[in-house]
Order: sequence, then structure tokens, then C-alpha cells
Amino acid sequence: MREVAIIGVGMTKFGELWDQSIRDMFAEAGLKAMENAKVDKIDALYVGAMSSGLYAYQEHLGSLMADYLGQVGVPAVRVESACASGGQAVRLGFMDVASGMHDIVLVGGVEKMWDVEDGTFVLATAADQEYEVYNGVTFPGLYAMIARAYMDRYGLTREELAQVPIKNHKHAVNNPNAQYPFEIDLKQVLNSSMVADPLRLLDCSPITDGAACLILCPLDRAKEFTDKYVKIRGVGVASGPIALHDHKDLTRLEAVHLAAQRAYQMAGVSPNDIDFAEVHDCFSIAEIVVAEELGFFEYGTAGKAIAEGQATYGGKVVINSSGGLKAKGHPVGATGVAQLIEAYLQLTNQAGKRQVPNARLGLTQNMGGSGGSCVIHILEGM
Amino acid sequence: MANSQRYTREIPHRYRLEAQKFPSGFVSLSRRYCDPISGKKEFEKINLKGTGKILTYTIIHVTSDQFKLLTPYAVAIIETDEGARVTAMITDTKFEDLKIGARVEFVFRKIMEEGASGIINYGYKAKVVE
Amino acid sequence: MIGIVGYGAYVPIYRIKSSTIANQWGDDPASIEKGLMLLEKTVPGPDEDTITIAIAAAKNALKRARIDPQKIGAVYIGSESHPYAVKPSGTVLIDALGIGPHVHVADFEFACKAGSEAMFVAYSHVKSGNMDYAMGIGADTSQGAPGDALEYSASAGGSAFIFGRENVVAEVLYTHSFTTDTADFWRREYQMYPRHGGRFTGEPAYFKHILGCGRALLEKSGMKPEDFQYAVFHMPNGRFPLKAGKELGFKQEQMNEGWIVNIMGNTYSGSSITGLTAILDVAKPGDKIFMVSFGSGAGSDGFIFQVTDKILEVQNLAPKTREMLNTPHKVYLDYGKYVAYRKKIHFNEY
Repeated sequence: MREVAIIGVGMTKFGELWDQSIRDMFAEAGLKAMENAKVDKIDALYVGAMSSGLYAYQEHLGSLMADYLGQVGVPAVRVESACASGGQAVRLGFMDVASGMHDIVLVGGVEKMWDVEDGTFVLATAADQEYEVYNGVTFPGLYAMIARAYMDRYGLTREELAQVPIKNHKHAVNNPNAQYPFEIDLKQVLNSSMVADPLRLLDCSPITDGAACLILCPLDRAKEFTDKYVKIRGVGVASGPIALHDHKDLTRLEAVHLAAQRAYQMAGVSPNDIDFAEVHDCFSIAEIVVAEELGFFEYGTAGKAIAEGQATYGGKVVINSSGGLKAKGHPVGATGVAQLIEAYLQLTNQAGKRQVPNARLGLTQNMGGSGGSCVIHILEGM
Repeated sequence: MANSQRYTREIPHRYRLEAQKFPSGFVSLSRRYCDPISGKKEFEKINLKGTGKILTYTIIHVTSDQFKLLTPYAVAIIETDEGARVTAMITDTKFEDLKIGARVEFVFRKIMEEGASGIINYGYKAKVVE
Repeated sequence: MIGIVGYGAYVPIYRIKSSTIANQWGDDPASIEKGLMLLEKTVPGPDEDTITIAIAAAKNALKRARIDPQKIGAVYIGSESHPYAVKPSGTVLIDALGIGPHVHVADFEFACKAGSEAMFVAYSHVKSGNMDYAMGIGADTSQGAPGDALEYSASAGGSAFIFGRENVVAEVLYTHSFTTDTADFWRREYQMYPRHGGRFTGEPAYFKHILGCGRALLEKSGMKPEDFQYAVFHMPNGRFPLKAGKELGFKQEQMNEGWIVNIMGNTYSGSSITGLTAILDVAKPGDKIFMVSFGSGAGSDGFIFQVTDKILEVQNLAPKTREMLNTPHKVYLDYGKYVAYRKKIHFNEY
């Protein structure tokens, strides 16, 4: 297998993009990425989106986006893995290049979430329709049940849980593309409206429109295009049971653990080597459980560790320097790709005020449903 | 959208808690072709008794349109006495009686209506019992 | 010997007090409680309807009958609030309880006597030798128009009876029906609430049929009111059944046990028959029970039962009616929650 590099990135702002349709956003992000990488032709296209059919009544995104990027004729396909659609698109693009099949591959993700009224219904399609959603479970409800089980077993407090969104908002202040680039405090979190007990509004990532794209190419050709490139050193993917109730341990996300082992093994590194990580904080509790599954903290301790500053600048590992899903925004299909964009910016010293000092190894973790799928990439600065 | 096929097809587990017991010990209310871990296809057909305990729960305040009129309502992941894991809405129970470990009993209730002119869908819910 | 082999009732846990409704409409709570003799009534929860109630009652009946559901040859649910205008309630029940598919199912209606007539037909199937077991059920979640007198009584609940000839707990000795065309209470298609003839619903309707049926039943059986330990009549309010019973010659003590309307309300097709289950819960072997239902339109079905010693084996096998009515878990609703649960207000359609 060849080694693969990221040679350019592009994304829209994340937020309520009333004036932009699904194709507008992807075209903006894709063309920006191509310009950033200084390419005007691509060899293949992978588009990640969770539910373009229900949100925008539009499937067949591979064809649509190839058309709108001016690349009609290229092999193109839409990739879906609920909220891990973006990460899975990157991984398929990676394999395309690594296998030697194609050289310049554009991978991107997009979601147009603000066009529908009943977003809860669409998001619930990531869960088990027949045995979870039919009985009234919502997506936040699933994570709320994980939170309750975790809090009951480990004694995590409501205040500790709140430190995750507080930290992520603080990070987002320095992210010009973030949906909510402002700080929040404990009082605001605890007073925000209840979504699914114990998760409140400010524990939950928002509804966001947005698109994010990357250009991949073989590592040994990267210098033809740019001197700002990073290497994808490890990839790990795993699936988990579709229904939360089939998790043996309701306080764990096994798929994350499995994917992490695979990624660390391929990269030849361990959790302690990671300088920063973009993790899938769809809900505050998710970041806590994921941080443990990634090996950053012992099981049952991540909540306290994060509350004590171990996941921010100066701590053990900077988690979600971009602001995470909570403050940067979570256009579902785009998120996985946006995580890699943040890693790319950090590793090429382009993260501005939120730069992680001496960043050499970064990890991105993208997850679908209640741990039904997980894609992890480990990136190295060159 | 009314869906006659789904309504009819899903009756065995929705109405009678028909489940499958696999040799590995895995008990599934969801109709499966094979054991999710071992991939083995042999199983025994059983009907769950309808009793169990709460493993975790939440109270939902924000939900999709078809359940809007019920909020706030609780849902729970329940382990039945046969060892099956089931996600169910909680009914006829005060929120303060919800606890991890509480005993529950399944009852037959209306789940939702496919709009004012569509099919009324029924299924199982759980209530906390002493 | 042919009779009831299993019986069961179900009432929801929600209640609303007559005083809550009275305060809403500016009526005097005390005169409702004294005049109609109604204290509170049952309200179906938002996830309950006639079908779920019938199924809960039938489950209790099966617990007491202790038979293989597959042996039941016919299932009839009588109601005036079947969830569908066209699609049977009975078919949902048989699939839920593992009865059938080799079974006869039909839904019955006849205002408040749809339950007793389902029982009559089920009983007749067994008596005629058509089948070994048959089930008749009466269940309702009927609506009273806001501000109307019926709002105090229209409630939710139901009972199920399995008839057979083995292990009979209450033998059917005699039956009689009395029916005429009487327009005392009706509801036209597409109308949400019923209408009624006011005071006409009394003498010319309720009393004419209950007394007509009751007297004929006594004559047919050659029995006298004193021969009975219990009597129960259709209960549209607290006052009517006691008056009818006294006119037939029964005493208050005979009617007390089955008189549950003051805390249940009028469960329409479930009314007299749920009173019957309350009696069966405490009856002793040898007791004789006199029951006459009434359905507007109008008609009455009368039954004379004699309890056998098998009753003692089954009373405790399922929840008892007065226990359900007096459960510590009951939840009182305010008027706003009540109208929301009863969907008397317009909601947005999605």
C-alpha cells in the first residue's frame, strides 16, 4: 500500500446557511479544497452525507457533486454511515489512493439540516427504527441513557459533565468557521432547556448546515502541489451493534475501542503519543466515553480529568481544539471531514490562535449512531 | 405514511413478544437470521414473559412529531427475565419511581397513529411494578 | 353446565373528579355528587383505547380460565368507541393473545349493551355445541360532550368473559333480551359527541327496558328477588340502577357490591359487566347473581348466574376490580390534561 497525504482543504462556514443549498455548500467547499491543493482535475470523488434524501430530498450525491465541481466523468459515489459518513468517505478515498487505483482524490462531506422541520425524526434514522425509534427513543435519548448509566456507575456529576461543552466553546472562540464562537458558563449549561434527562440543550451538538472537503494524493507526490501536507499514518474502522440495548456494557462504546486499536496498530503509536484529538462530542457524555475508549484516560475517570483541564491546552492531550461538534457545529456528513481539516491545520501550523504547540501527531474520531460505527484517522505532521 | 406491510409483518414481536434464544445464550426480541456474534443460525422460539428490570432510562422532552403530544415521557433499556435486552417507552409510572434496577412489566398499548386517517400501531410499553 | 370459566376486568389508572368538571363549567359540585351520585370517573391514558383495554381485560380472563388461548372458537368485542370505523378491534386482540387464526371474530355495537350482547352470543355458541370456548368482551373509552351532563359519567374500562362447559365458575341459568326502537341517545356518523333526549332517557328508555327485561327474566326463571345474593344493572349514573333495582324488588345490600359507578363512571359497554366482575371477585359458591344491561336505541340483556365452588380457585389469579379502582397509583387529572388526553381539542396534524 502506498502512503497517503492530505494536500489541501476547504470548508464552508458552519451554521444556519439559509442561502445555500446542499449543492451550493459542497461546491464551495470542494472548489476551495481544489484551489488550496492547486489541482484543477481530480481522479475520484467520495461524498459523505447521512441523510440527504430526508433532509434535501436529494440522493445520488456522487453524480450531483461531480457535476457541480466541474468534474463530470470521474468515478464518484455517496458514502453513508450515519454521523460517521464523513470519516468513512475519507477512509474510502484513502484506500483508493493507497491501493494505487487513483492519485488525486477529493473526499468531502455535507449536510443540509435546516431545510426540514422535524429534524429529530431524521436523526433518529441512525438508530434502530424497529426496536428503538418505534418505541419513542430519540437520538439524544440514547446518549442520555448512556449518561445515566455512566453517572450511576462512576459517580460523574452533572457539573463535571458540563465541563465538556464549556471547554469546547472556549476553544471555538478562536475558530472563525465555528457556528458558536463564544464562551458559555456552568450556569448557562445547567439552566438550558431539558432535551432528554440528564442532557440539556447545551450538552447537545447543534443543527448545522455545512460542507468540508480534502484533497488526497500519494505521499511521494505531495511536494508537486504544496509544502503544506500531512500524512495519514493510521486508519481504524469498526462497527458496533445498531441498537444501544445490544451493547454488553451500556457505559462503553466498543466500536470506538476496536477502531482505535486498529488505528494505533497501523500507525505504530500509542495514546500517549497523540498531541491533540478531534473527537465526536455529539453529546457531552460522548466525549467522556470516547476519551476513555481512545486510551487517553482510565475507564470512569475521563469526566474528572476533563474537568481538571487535562483535555485542553497544557493538559495531557488537547481534545477538540476546533470547538468540537458542540461549538464548531455538526453538519452530520461533513463532520468527519472537518475533523481532519482541523488536524491538517494544526499539523501544518495554520491553526492561528488555537494552534496546539509542537503538534506532531493528531487523531480524529468520527462516530455513527450510538456507537454503531466508528472511523479513526491518525495523522502526522511532515 | 400508512404502512400496511410493516404493521402486519412486525406483529409477532410487537404484540406477543416473540423472541429467539440462541445456543450462545443470546436472547433477541428483534427477529434475526443469526446470532450477531457467532453468526450461528440455530435458535429456539420463545415468547418473553413480559417481566424484567431497568438497566438505564431517560426522560425525553424533545421528540419527533409523532410522539410530541406525549412529552415528557420516559424510555428505558430493560433486561427481561429471559436475558433479552429491550428498549421500551415507560407508561403509567411516576418519574420518581424510575430507578436503575426497578422491576417492570410489559403492557399492550397504542404506540402511534399514522396520522388521522392512517393505521393505528400497537406494541409493548413497560411500567414499573413493586 | 355452561357458564363463565374465566373473567377479567381492566380500568386505566387516570381519574378526574366530578368536582373538577363541575368547577370548569360552573356547576355545583355538591349537587353533582349527590344528584348523579358520581364522585370520580376513569380516564384512558394517551396510549390507551378500547382495543388496549379489551386486551388487558381479556388477559385477566385468560389468567383465570387457565386454558390454551388456541381453544377459543370465537371472540366478540362490543363497544361504542371502537378505534376504527372500519377495521375490527377483535382481530388485534386475537393476534395479541395468540388466539386463532382458526377463530370467528366480530365487533359488536349497541350503545352501552354491546358488551353484554357479545357475552350472550359467546355463551350461545358454547350452549349450542358450536365450540368449546367463546369470549365476549365489553370495553369503551366513550366521550361526553364538554359542558354536557354526560361529561360527568362517560368513562373508560372493560371486562372480558370466557364461556365454556369445563371448570365453570359461574353457571348461566337463564338469559332474556328485551329490545325496541327508542331514540333516547344516538350519535350520527362523523359527529364527535353523542346527543340524547334529556329526561326521555329515564322512564321511557332506561327504566322501560331494564324493568321489561328484568321482570320477564324473573318470570322465566320462576325466581324472586330474595333468591339472589347480588344484583347489578347498567349504571349510567349512580341513581338510576339503584332505583331500577328497587322497583324490581331488590334491596340496597344486594346491589352494593356491583355498584361501582360512583368511582368508575359509566364505562358504557363495560358498565354492568364490570359491576359483575366486582361481584365475582367476592362471590361465594352457591351465590346467585342477577344482571341486566341497557343500551340506548334501545335494549336490555339479562342474565342469571349461579356461582360454583370453582370460583374460589380463580378469584385471586388476576387483579380484582375494586382493587384496580382503588389503586394507590391512580393519577388525578386537571381539566386541561383531561381534554388533552381525550382529544377534545384540535391538535396540529403533521
